[in-house]
Amino acid sequence: MPEIAVLVKRVPDTNAKIAISGDRVDLSSVKWVMSPYDEFALEAAMMHKESNGGTVTAITLGTPDCDKVLKDAKAIGVDRIVRVWDDSWSDLDSNQVQSALVSALKELSTEVVYCGKSAADTGASSTGPGVAERMGWASVSNIIGIEFEDAGVEVLIPRNIGNARTGVSLPAVISCDKGFCKPRKPNVKGIMMAKRAQVEVLGADIPTSSINIVSHTPPPQKASGQKFEGAGNVPTVVAALRNDANVI
Amino acid sequence: MTEIIVIAETKDGIISPVTSELVSAAIVLGGNPTVIVPGVNDTAATSGAAISGVSKVIACVGEQFSNYDAAAWASAIDACAPAGVIICAATQNGKDLGSRLAARRAVSVVQDVVAIDGGVLTSPIYSGKAMQNVSLQGDAVVSIRANTFSPSSDGGNAEISVMNQSADLKTAVREMIAKASERLDVAEADIIISGGRGMQDPANFAHLERVADTLGAAVGASRAAVDAWEDISHGMQVGQTGKTVNPSLYIAVGISGAIQHLAGMRTSKYIVAINKDAEAPIFQHADYGIVATWQDALPILESELKALLG
Ligand SMILES: Cc1cc2nc3c(=O)[nH]c(=O)nc-3n(C[C@H](O)[C@H](O)[C@H](O)COP(=O)(O)OP(=O)(O)OC[C@H]3O[C@@H](n4cnc5c(N)ncnc54)[C@H](O)[C@@H]3O)c2cc1C
Ligand SMILES: Nc1ncnc2c1ncn2[C@@H]1O[C@H](COP(=O)(O)O)[C@@H](O)[C@H]1O
Repeated sequence: MPEIAVLVKRVPDTNAKIAISGDRVDLSSVKWVMSPYDEFALEAAMMHKESNGGTVTAITLGTPDCDKVLKDAKAIGVDRIVRVWDDSWSDLDSNQVQSALVSALKELSTEVVYCGKSAADTGASSTGPGVAERMGWASVSNIIGIEFEDAGVEVLIPRNIGNARTGVSLPAVISCDKGFCKPRKPNVKGIMMAKRAQVEVLGADIPTSSINIVSHTPPPQKASGQKFEGAGNVPTVVAALRNDANVI
Repeated sequence: MTEIIVIAETKDGIISPVTSELVSAAIVLGGNPTVIVPGVNDTAATSGAAISGVSKVIACVGEQFSNYDAAAWASAIDACAPAGVIICAATQNGKDLGSRLAARRAVSVVQDVVAIDGGVLTSPIYSGKAMQNVSLQGDAVVSIRANTFSPSSDGGNAEISVMNQSADLKTAVREMIAKASERLDVAEADIIISGGRGMQDPANFAHLERVADTLGAAVGASRAAVDAWEDISHGMQVGQTGKTVNPSLYIAVGISGAIQHLAGMRTSKYIVAINKDAEAPIFQHADYGIVATWQDALPILESELKALLG
C-alpha cells in the first residue's frame, strides 16, 4: 500500500493585483489560496488512495502562514500534514526548494508524489521533474488523465501529435494539469477534523543559491495602441501590420 | 569563462527553428555555445552545425530519443554536456528536461526567460503581472521563450562529434491517441487568431480558421469558449490555465481580455483586438484595436489578407 504525498503551495489568488514596492513584489494585502493545479494533484492523490489503499500526506514548504493550505488539504481528507521550513530561509531558488522537499519525502518514505504542473506564482513547472530527478524516479508532467494499476499508473499526456497513453511504474512524480477530475469540496466533518489537526514541521539542510534575485519590476508597458471605430478600418490595420509591424 | 551549452529543440528528428534563437541567446549571455542535438541518429546535427555562432556540435545519439522520457533524456544529455550554463527552449518538454538537468547538477533553473540584458535574466512571474530579474552566480539551466531573440542566421560550419549515449526508459507509451484536428498548435505558432465567447457559436470558428489558413496561423480560444463548447478543445485554450504563447501577432476576436487570458498572451509582439464593446479591457493591451462585431470585421479581414498574401 503506497505512501502517497501531494505537494501543495500557498500562492496569491490568481485575481490578486500584484504590487511592487521598492524592488520587490509586495504581497502584504493579497488573498492567499492553494495553487489551482495543486487542487487537482490533491484530488488525484485521494483517488490513488481510494483505489490502492495507503496513506496520503500533504506537504508544503513555507512559513507558518502556509498552514492554512495544509488544513484545507486535511479538510479534504489527507492523513498527515507536513510543513517544511527553517526560519533562516528566504528567497529560495529551485535548487533549494527541491532539496528541502526531497529531504522531507525521504523522511516520509514516500513512493509516489503528486504535484501541480506549475505553481501560480512562479509558473515554472520545475518542481515535479526536479524532485523526480533527485529521487532517481520516473516523472510525467501535465497529465490530463489517470488510471490506477497494481504497481503503477497509466496517465494521459498531451503531445504535439495527440495524447500519449503512458504507463509509469512507481516510484514516480506525477505533475497534474486540470481536467481529468473534479476536486472534491470539504464536508463539515472534514473541516472539524482539520481544525484539530496538528501540522508536523520538518527542517532540512539546503545548498546555497546559485542565482541572485536582482529585482522585481512591473511588466513592461506597451506604448498605447491605436483604436479604430468600425470594421471599415480593417484594411488600415492590415496595412499597418504589413508595413509598420512587419508581421505579415 | 563558463561554457554555454544549448540543447537543440527537435521535432520529428528535425531541428526546430527556435534552436537558432537559443544560439542568439547564448551569444548575448556571453559566448559561442556548444549545441547538443539529441536524436535516434546524427542526421539533425548538420543543421545544428550550420547555425552561425555555434562553436561545436555534439550529436547525442540513442534509442531513447524516439519518444520523450524525462529521466532517460536527462541522463543521456547530461552525460554529453560539459559543465556550464545550459540553455533550452521554454517549451513543455524543454522546461521539463531543463528542470531535470538542473536537478542532476544540483544547480538552479530559471524558466521562461523573455529578456537578457547585461547578464540579468528576466522572466514573468505571477502570470506576467510582475517580472523577476535574476543574475547567475555560477552554473545554471535557463529556458528561453520562443520569439524572444532573433534567430542566428545560417552559414556556420561547426565541427560535429557523435556520442552514443543510451539510457533506460522509465515510462512506456502504450498508445498515441491522435488528435482529431491537424491544425497547428498554438504553442508553436508565430501567428495566432483566437476566438472567445463573443463568437457566439462554435460553428463560427470556421471564420477564424479561414483567416488562419491565409496567414499560416493557429486558432486559439478563451477559456469561456473552451468551457462553453465541446468542439473547442482544451488544447486551444490560451491563458493561465491553458497555454502560454509568445507569437509575433495575436488576434483576439470576441475576447474581453480577462487577466487570466492576458496571462497567456500578453508578451505577444503585436496584439490586434476585434470586439464590439469599445470598453472591453483587451483594448488596453492591443496595438491595434478595432471596435466592430466579428460579423462585420472578419469577412473584410479575410478578403484583405487574401488579396495581400494570395
Ligand atoms: C483560476 C482561473 C483560471 C482561468 N484561466 C483562464 C485561461 O487560461 N484562459 C482564459 O481565456 N480565461 C481563463 N479564465 C477565465 C477568465 O476569467 C474569463 O472568464 C474568460 O477569459 C472570458 O472569456 P471571453 O473573453 O471569451 O468571454 P467574455 O468575457 O464573455 O467576453 C466576450 C467578449 O466578446 C465580445 N463580443 C460579443 N459579441 C461580439 C461580436 N458579435 N463581435 C465581437 N465581439 C463580441 C464582448 O464585448 C466581450 O468582450 C480563468 C478564470 C479563473 C478564475
Ligand atoms: N513551496 C512549495 N511547497 C509545496 N509544493 C510546492 C512548492 N513549490 C512548488 N511546489 C509544487 O510544485 C508544483 C510546481 O511548482 P513550480 O515548479 O514552482 O511551477 C506546484 O504546483 C506544487 O505542487
